[in-house]
Amino acid sequence: MCLAVPVKIVSIDGDEAEAEIAGVRRRVSIALTPEAKVGDYVLLHTGYAIGVIDEAEAEETLKLLEEIASLSEVH
Amino acid sequence: MKFIDEYQDNELARGLAYKIAQRSTKTIRLMEFCGGHTHAILRYGIRQLVPKTVEMRSGPGCPVCVTATADLDKAIALAHLPDVIITTFGDMIRVPGSYSSLQQAKAEGADVRIVYSTIDAVEIAKANPGKSVIFIGIGFETTAPTIAASILKALQDKIKNFHVLSLNKLTPPVMKALLDSGELKLDGIIGPGHVSVIIGSHPYEFIPRDYGVACVISGFEPLDILLCIDKLVGQIEKGEPKVEIAYPRGVKPEGNRKAWQLTENVFEIGEANWRGIGIVPHSGLKIREKYERFDADKTFSVSLKPLREPKGCRCGDVIRGAAMPLECKLFRKVCTPERPIGPCMVSSEGACAAYYQYGTLENL
Repeated sequence: MCLAVPVKIVSIDGDEAEAEIAGVRRRVSIALTPEAKVGDYVLLHTGYAIGVIDEAEAEETLKLLEEIASLSEVH
Repeated sequence: MKFIDEYQDNELARGLAYKIAQRSTKTIRLMEFCGGHTHAILRYGIRQLVPKTVEMRSGPGCPVCVTATADLDKAIALAHLPDVIITTFGDMIRVPGSYSSLQQAKAEGADVRIVYSTIDAVEIAKANPGKSVIFIGIGFETTAPTIAASILKALQDKIKNFHVLSLNKLTPPVMKALLDSGELKLDGIIGPGHVSVIIGSHPYEFIPRDYGVACVISGFEPLDILLCIDKLVGQIEKGEPKVEIAYPRGVKPEGNRKAWQLTENVFEIGEANWRGIGIVPHSGLKIREKYERFDADKTFSVSLKPLREPKGCRCGDVIRGAAMPLECKLFRKVCTPERPIGPCMVSSEGACAAYYQYGTLENL
């Protein structure tokens, strides 16, 4: 129910946008995320973008994960 | 896919699991609130990856599962009214009510349609002006804004035959109810990621403050969940429980204010009836009076036969984390995804369905 997947906004027309996921395009509502811009990734839940993904934070989390993995001895 | 694949890396997962095992000395119990987390935990074998010191329990975060039988009976009765089209998310139609299900109602001639989005439900209303279209509004804070948006859209487009049966529920009040009951001693909560995209992290502050329980909000990929468990173990080992976000690419402390304002415009807070828990004050969303013509509860009346709960089904205990699916005598024997007795076996987020699908003897 609370499933949301990251999709990329490719064009915007008012409250609606075209989004792409795995090469498939579909119309989504951006009524809940008016700040979304073309090129942004948003979390898509039941046809609505509910949040814009913060790419800088995504990078930070990955860096943190790599750091943890490099410190541990199981490889 | 970007923002998914990179959080599924096997090597990084092993590194993280190793770190958790190194720092975990106390025996602790964690609850993943969200059914999406339950499925990811079982699917990716996270129960086997974490050390034996970390016990994991599933919580009430499955909207289909927590819908009370009485509310389901009402939805089924509405489906049998003349000139009514019921629109609902897919999982709901197979959940057995006291005497029937929405699927059975459909087989008996009722017009029940599965929709992916409330946008589709409004479109169905537009295309069928002679019928009343009722959307079965289940879900938590993640979904409530989309239902609010559909009511505002119907108002804007002057669609008068669209209605919502509001069964929306709120997560922090039910967490409080579970903690107050003291039935299950918890050390930490894996906080719901997509609920928190909307409400942020502040509404959970009472959990460490009033109950001394750690709360870390998690994403849904295996590395997200392991990172969350690592943070929880770290907090509990230090004896410093607090609210943390382990899913910062999706969740901001303040949440999505625009979405929540829209929700508060359409809904007001009231009580809600939770399967297995009962009436929890301030844990439901009711449609405000100014939008009452969209409220199915105010527009239609149905009479219901006496309530009957499925015999032997322990969904209620599973929802509270008080029982594991295998502790239910019906699990796998009588209750299966093909012939479910309770909603926890129906929903793609139900704990019983997850254990049925991914469970092995080692992790049951």
